[in-house]
Amino acid sequence: MTRPNPITPTLFFGFVAAVIFGAALPYFVTDFTTFQFTQAMIYGIALLGLNILTGYNGQFSIGHSAFYAVGAYTCAILLYHFEWSPYAAIPASALVTFVVGFLFGLPALRLEGLYLALATFALAVATPQLLKFDLFEHWTGGVQGLFILKPDALFSGWSTDQSLYYVTLGIMLALMIFAWTMLHSRSGRAIMAIRDNPIAASTMGVNLPLYKTVTFGISAMFTGIAGALFAIVTEFVSPDAFTFFVAVNLLIGSVVGGIVSIPGVIFGGLFLVFVPNYAQDIKLAYPWMPPPWAIFGTFLILIIYFAPFGVWGFLERASAWARRKLRS
Amino acid sequence: MRFRILLAATAATLLAAGAASAEDTPGVTATSIKIGNTSPYSGPASAYGVIGKTHSAYWAKVNREGGVNGRMIDFISLDDGYSPPKTVEQARKLVEQENVAFLFQTLGTPTNSAIHRYMNAKKVPQMFVATGASKWGHPKEYPWTMGFQPTYDVEGEIYAKYALDNVENPKIAILFQNDDYGKDYRDGFLRGLGDKKDLVVSMLPYETSDPTVDSQIVAMKDSGANIFFNVTIPKFAAQAIRKACEIGWKPLHLLNNVSSSVSSTLKPAGFECSKGLITAQWQKDPTDPQWADSEGYKEWAAFMAAELPDADKGDVNYAFGYNASTLLHHVLKNCEDMTRAGLMACAANVKDLQLPMVLPGIKINTSPTDFYPVQAEQLSKFDGEKWVLFGEIIDASSN
Repeated sequence: MTRPNPITPTLFFGFVAAVIFGAALPYFVTDFTTFQFTQAMIYGIALLGLNILTGYNGQFSIGHSAFYAVGAYTCAILLYHFEWSPYAAIPASALVTFVVGFLFGLPALRLEGLYLALATFALAVATPQLLKFDLFEHWTGGVQGLFILKPDALFSGWSTDQSLYYVTLGIMLALMIFAWTMLHSRSGRAIMAIRDNPIAASTMGVNLPLYKTVTFGISAMFTGIAGALFAIVTEFVSPDAFTFFVAVNLLIGSVVGGIVSIPGVIFGGLFLVFVPNYAQDIKLAYPWMPPPWAIFGTFLILIIYFAPFGVWGFLERASAWARRKLRS
Repeated sequence: MRFRILLAATAATLLAAGAASAEDTPGVTATSIKIGNTSPYSGPASAYGVIGKTHSAYWAKVNREGGVNGRMIDFISLDDGYSPPKTVEQARKLVEQENVAFLFQTLGTPTNSAIHRYMNAKKVPQMFVATGASKWGHPKEYPWTMGFQPTYDVEGEIYAKYALDNVENPKIAILFQNDDYGKDYRDGFLRGLGDKKDLVVSMLPYETSDPTVDSQIVAMKDSGANIFFNVTIPKFAAQAIRKACEIGWKPLHLLNNVSSSVSSTLKPAGFECSKGLITAQWQKDPTDPQWADSEGYKEWAAFMAAELPDADKGDVNYAFGYNASTLLHHVLKNCEDMTRAGLMACAANVKDLQLPMVLPGIKINTSPTDFYPVQAEQLSKFDGEKWVLFGEIIDASSN
């Protein structure tokens, strides 16, 4: 039995077009807009981590802000206290968050569904306070946080914002390809089998504890890399940047983009960065409108209503529908 | 003499040059000034959002009355949800996309920290920030950032000195909120104690997520302390006052200014229990009847009635916003050089200004080396009905 090649021409050319568009973008917009797109991609990377865990592996997490924080702080501490290069600090953050995620995955093995959600929730709530904790204050900077410096542009023709944009774009693409390859391999099928029916999966010989903890580690690592990039781009980390609200935001982004998808994370990231701003602009332009977060909520409800599988799910269905139409 | 003329001529040329380049300053035209602000209209600190609303209402009123020196004020206030990374984004949006001349009263310590270096690197004024941290008045390192209110640590120092001078055989208990605000107060107080830090017999933190502070109060009473420094926000301050009263603990009770509101702290705690409390003040508490007839209060009350009729007038934050906007109004009105550097110089050149809702006698003073506009406070004691000011105005700048 041969498997069909999962790379369809549409997917391939769509990917190439998206990369060209992404690479050209900073030449047509201001530095500030470039910075916003960088933020969207950083969210996208974090969402990718959440999608692997929650969408593909079925382990519910509303505590990914914790791994985001661990990545950001690892990077900030390496830059601030040890004067590492950011490009060395990012892989280090990845390693640290992988280990942290893996370790958290061990006790999480005994928890399913809602209980796991609550455990990760506890993690998200505890993180800002742990960062303020007196014992770690020397390293974390306590409530004041840590300042770090953006790295200089990689090429003299680029601004620092453009340079960080390309670094983020490169990392995001690499991680997307990594996630795609992993999920379309034997391991990927095992990961999804655990989500669909854990008993059947273990009967088929899938090592549940190993797969679940490693998936947790990889998921945390992705989100941790995003955290490290976030620290570099905003040049500042403080406990208030990693509140429980961030975890909720990540979940929103995941669902909006399509929680069981890889390319969907880009739409999730764009939604998280731009929609709250649009909501505010709408409120500023039309003062009779409800408060911005109510407008944001309305957008969210509309998306969930009209695209229950997220933006990517919507696109997939639309293209399937178009293909059917073309054939008939 | 000739030298003086030369100097005057040079100065005049420089001024002219400054005036000319004002046209090139982003956000400033002959008929308008664009001012940016970030405030927490959503999120955990949204109670402070009323300060931003007061500013918006203030500048709308100024525009209806013809603006400042013929210039209309385009005041853009964006929500940052008290989240530092969001503040970075909003500040960049205001500076790079909206092209504001400067930022005014951006609110919060973590949020302002996040943009501190950006604003100074961009050389855009971050004027009269709405936070009590002590790091905003360092013109040498950060010439584009200026504070506004008295700093928490200075207030803490004032209490420590008062306590040492007025209590025999002092034994001190400190209850503080476990964040930057609480630690600033605590550290200022400890600094005020100097080498007598061992007088502190009990020092307990609380988290804003705690339901009550009852257990801390009981432990503090048991520690035998006769001085209680209460660094809590209104809800917990009321609990602490009430609990201490109930268990019959009667120390010298120093209440931080943050919770000195009669309506939101002392009333829920009970006026009888609140008798004898001591706090340091710099603004007129709007719920305090003794200010009802003062000129400044009337001006503020008229503004509130006309511009924000639905607002809760007992909320001191409306007075805070009004004070800060009045200060900026004064600066803009008296400023010739509307470049960013010129505006900063004007902000650093305020002399003996009395703001409407600031205690009589506490004057605003700034200079190129003094970036702390309000630095004086006066102690007051609660007599069961209202705060009664006593002693002299304590100017922290002399410390």
